[in-house]
Amino acid sequence: MKRASIAISQVLLALLMISNSAYGQTPEQKGLEIATERKARDIGWQDSYADASMILRNAQQQETIRKIRIKSLEINNDGDKSLTIFDRPRDVKGTAFLSFSHATTPDEQWIYLPALKRVKRISSRNKSGPFMGSEFAFEDLSSFEVEKYTYRYLRDEKVNGVDCFVIESDPVDKYSGYTRQVNWIDKAHYRAQKVDFYDRKNALLKTLTLLNYQLYLDQYWRPLKMVMVNHQTGKSTDFVTHNLSFKTGLTEKDFNKATLKRAK
Amino acid sequence: MKALWLKAIISHSWLTLILVLSFVIVSVIGAKNLYFRGDYKVFFERDNPQLVAFEKMQKIFSNNDNAAIIIAPKSGDIFNQKSLKLIKQLTDEAWQTPLSSRVDSITNYQHTWAEEDDLIVEDLLLDETSIDEQLIDRIARITISEPNLVKRLISDQGDVAVINITVQLPDASIPENAATAAQAVVEIADYIVALTDSYKEKYPDHNFYHTGVVYMNNAFITESKNDVMTLVPAMFLAIVAILWLMLRSIAATISTVLIIFTAIISTMGLAGWFGFFLSTATVNVPTVVMTLAVADCVHVISTMLLALSQGKSKSEAIGYSVEQNLTPIFITSATTAIGFLTLNFSNVPVIVDLGNLTALGIMIAFLFSVTLLPALLNLLPLKVKINNSNNKTKLNGIAYWVTRNHKKLLPTSVIIVIASLYFSTFNHINDVPTEYFDQSTDFRQATDFQQANVSGMSTIDFALYTEVESGINSPSTLKQIQSFATWLSAQSEVDHVATISDTFKRLNKNMHGDDQAYYQLPDSQELAAQYLLLYEMSLPYGLDLNNQLDIDKSATRITVILKNLGSKEFTEFEQRAKQWISANAPNITVDAASPALMFAHVGEKNMKSMLVGALVALIIISCLLVFALKSWKMGAISLLPNLIPAAIGFGIWAIYSAEINMGLSVVLSMTLGIIVDDTVHFLSKYQLAKKLGSSTEQSIHYAFNNVGYALWTTTVVLTIGFSVLAMSSFRLNADMGLLTAIIIVTALIVDFFFLPAFLMLLDKSKNKTQLEINRA
Repeated sequence: MKRASIAISQVLLALLMISNSAYGQTPEQKGLEIATERKARDIGWQDSYADASMILRNAQQQETIRKIRIKSLEINNDGDKSLTIFDRPRDVKGTAFLSFSHATTPDEQWIYLPALKRVKRISSRNKSGPFMGSEFAFEDLSSFEVEKYTYRYLRDEKVNGVDCFVIESDPVDKYSGYTRQVNWIDKAHYRAQKVDFYDRKNALLKTLTLLNYQLYLDQYWRPLKMVMVNHQTGKSTDFVTHNLSFKTGLTEKDFNKATLKRAK
Repeated sequence: MKALWLKAIISHSWLTLILVLSFVIVSVIGAKNLYFRGDYKVFFERDNPQLVAFEKMQKIFSNNDNAAIIIAPKSGDIFNQKSLKLIKQLTDEAWQTPLSSRVDSITNYQHTWAEEDDLIVEDLLLDETSIDEQLIDRIARITISEPNLVKRLISDQGDVAVINITVQLPDASIPENAATAAQAVVEIADYIVALTDSYKEKYPDHNFYHTGVVYMNNAFITESKNDVMTLVPAMFLAIVAILWLMLRSIAATISTVLIIFTAIISTMGLAGWFGFFLSTATVNVPTVVMTLAVADCVHVISTMLLALSQGKSKSEAIGYSVEQNLTPIFITSATTAIGFLTLNFSNVPVIVDLGNLTALGIMIAFLFSVTLLPALLNLLPLKVKINNSNNKTKLNGIAYWVTRNHKKLLPTSVIIVIASLYFSTFNHINDVPTEYFDQSTDFRQATDFQQANVSGMSTIDFALYTEVESGINSPSTLKQIQSFATWLSAQSEVDHVATISDTFKRLNKNMHGDDQAYYQLPDSQELAAQYLLLYEMSLPYGLDLNNQLDIDKSATRITVILKNLGSKEFTEFEQRAKQWISANAPNITVDAASPALMFAHVGEKNMKSMLVGALVALIIISCLLVFALKSWKMGAISLLPNLIPAAIGFGIWAIYSAEINMGLSVVLSMTLGIIVDDTVHFLSKYQLAKKLGSSTEQSIHYAFNNVGYALWTTTVVLTIGFSVLAMSSFRLNADMGLLTAIIIVTALIVDFFFLPAFLMLLDKSKNKTQLEINRA
């Protein structure tokens, strides 16, 4: 049923595209169209399991490493669910972070602290805050949903030799830390190649570069390296995915506040 | 040789003019390379240990350069609907400040509390539309009991609040960035002032003040601008007036003004070619060069006018004057330049620049006054009317009085010198940047208000490095951090201590249902780490813990706000704190740094270097005097009148202020080079008379007659020049100008009253022979 509705909406969208190109699109329409296509191409992966490292670097070029495992579950017509288990630093080993991202309502988040043996809710107002002290904010890591932003197509441009659409997306949520993002989406596969983040005073804050795209299940592209550079503080974080597998058989039961304590 | 060159200048005046002017033009083009640096870091060498430690800390933790808005309701109470609403709105809008990365106030303070099983982390005042009595009470209760806030973001009386805006300033030490950096400071400062002005309209019953590093840098920029806009024109007018009064000749005045003008623009242009930049110290190079260059011109012109009045032709008079003055002007210019060159001993780069540029300017002025000046005088029409016999009579009076009373004068001088030496021991070094600005400046008024109502403005950051990943979370380390913070708070110098250990205690309490009994450190590493993780994950954009913890939690930064004290107290406090760590937490490496600490250290270090510099200046200049006066004895005699003025000057200073800052550290070597001129002129004339067979007394009278008036006029010019500098509201410049002026006046008094008496005592032998000759 859901599949069918997606198919229908895609057909409608395609019709819309044709009619628009015939009459000339507004930049907003073209931006939305690109974002919709980007999301459409990433539907149906079901679930994934990843080993990842975050390498944090300060302006003094000192480095430190965080190790995590991420279980993700695709939720149709809403944001995905994810469970992040911390392995390093050692004194937070076993801490588990559960997040339900939503397209239109605030995300829900809980954290399990093994030393306290308790699950704590985390307010969604912090979505602009840093994840594990890195340069990635919560909102940078939550799943991409079309409804989270309004769009505007800016221009075409090449990034590292790849032809891209450049679209601006303005967050809908007032608790976002950004006034706008500028996305470079490649024309061939609708993958984000680069994102510029503008802070609340509309100054360039960070740039995300997405590298080493790999194809999974012959359909889904995932970057194995994401580099986030903070231009204002000189800090940066590399988010490196080591192992990534899809359709590992995870279900809603694995993403449950009550079972968070048993997450391993 | 000399004659040939003189002839060339006089017979080919136009050519000389063109040659000199082409040199001026080529030099001036270099001015395009000049740029202004308005940041306080210009006072520190790149490898200054305190600066290095500070910048390292800024990179490991976050940059904490700030601009602060102080809000004072006239009602004397922050805790009312209106004031809280104002703070909340202003805090939100302050995030729009250019280059800001963080805004802290009592309203966006991330208050934590327990709610059932959850940890709530929330702005203390989330919504300004729902402020009622109950909320006001809650906010008042929480703020006044929160160690993180009291005396930092709110006064302990609850009558004044502070909004602290952290900004990321561009690094001004990279030349390409300097202009942007200075511009950024002005832009941020103006933005915030405009913002508070709009609030002042909406909330007329509140006063606003601005402090912080941004406003300190801004004050450096503003005061430099004010110096350029007011002191340079004032100096220029003063000089024109003096020249007119002394020379009574339009042509002579115009020529002198032209020499001064071309000398200054050439100096600044060459500064550009050599890669110098302008700063609070070097913007006054024109004023100083102007002051010193006048003397050269006055000597040349007054001799020429004298020759003209004696009936010489114009070209003869010019030739005669230049020939007569070349050596003395060269010697006096060289000694003055040497005095300024010894500023190279300074540890403060902009003082080194001031020395080098002024020395360059002095030598250019010398060159121009023996080339361009005679050429100009030759080309311009001259009218002669000179008569200063009146002044000479007065000076003769002094001369006779001095030689008659030398037996009383000498002991009096000795007493004055000893008293001055005694008083000058009360001088102490004090370099506190906020005190560099006088009470008329907005910045100083703001910092004074802050000190009186909230806390001092000076901070010291202590970075505690464990060198172990997650080392800060270890219970034993946390205990050490807590004890250190407790020790710091107990020190009399301290207003506020911001430490991560307080956060840990608060979280532990929150995690135990807000039970005050649990307001203590967590007892295991895991617990501490996970509290912190939970807290960090709950903080919104910009309000993270990067300012207190490094990325791998191996180090923490404790920020201490100190009362506005002297630099000596700062360094002593730093020493005690470091000793505490080595005695009580030997596993921790500690670094201390802050702008206040940098100034405190450089002030002391610079004073030591400048004493060496002054000694070197004394040795070189004395050797030069021996050479110029061609007499070891005269060289030795000159030592006293060269040194006494500084002794008396610093004695007077001890009574006037007793505070020695960076600006004053250079006065010793600088004035030595200037006042030596008086001695040279006086002694050389005295010597001349002596050689011609006059008695000591007669020779003194001769010296008075011949150079007394010239010394008097140059002293007037120099005193006025440095007094103009003393009007700067930037104290480094003002104090330097004032003390220099005092010493220059003292030098003349010493040369008129002490030196003759001293000569009468020392030169007795010759007196006897003289008497014998007379008897024979």
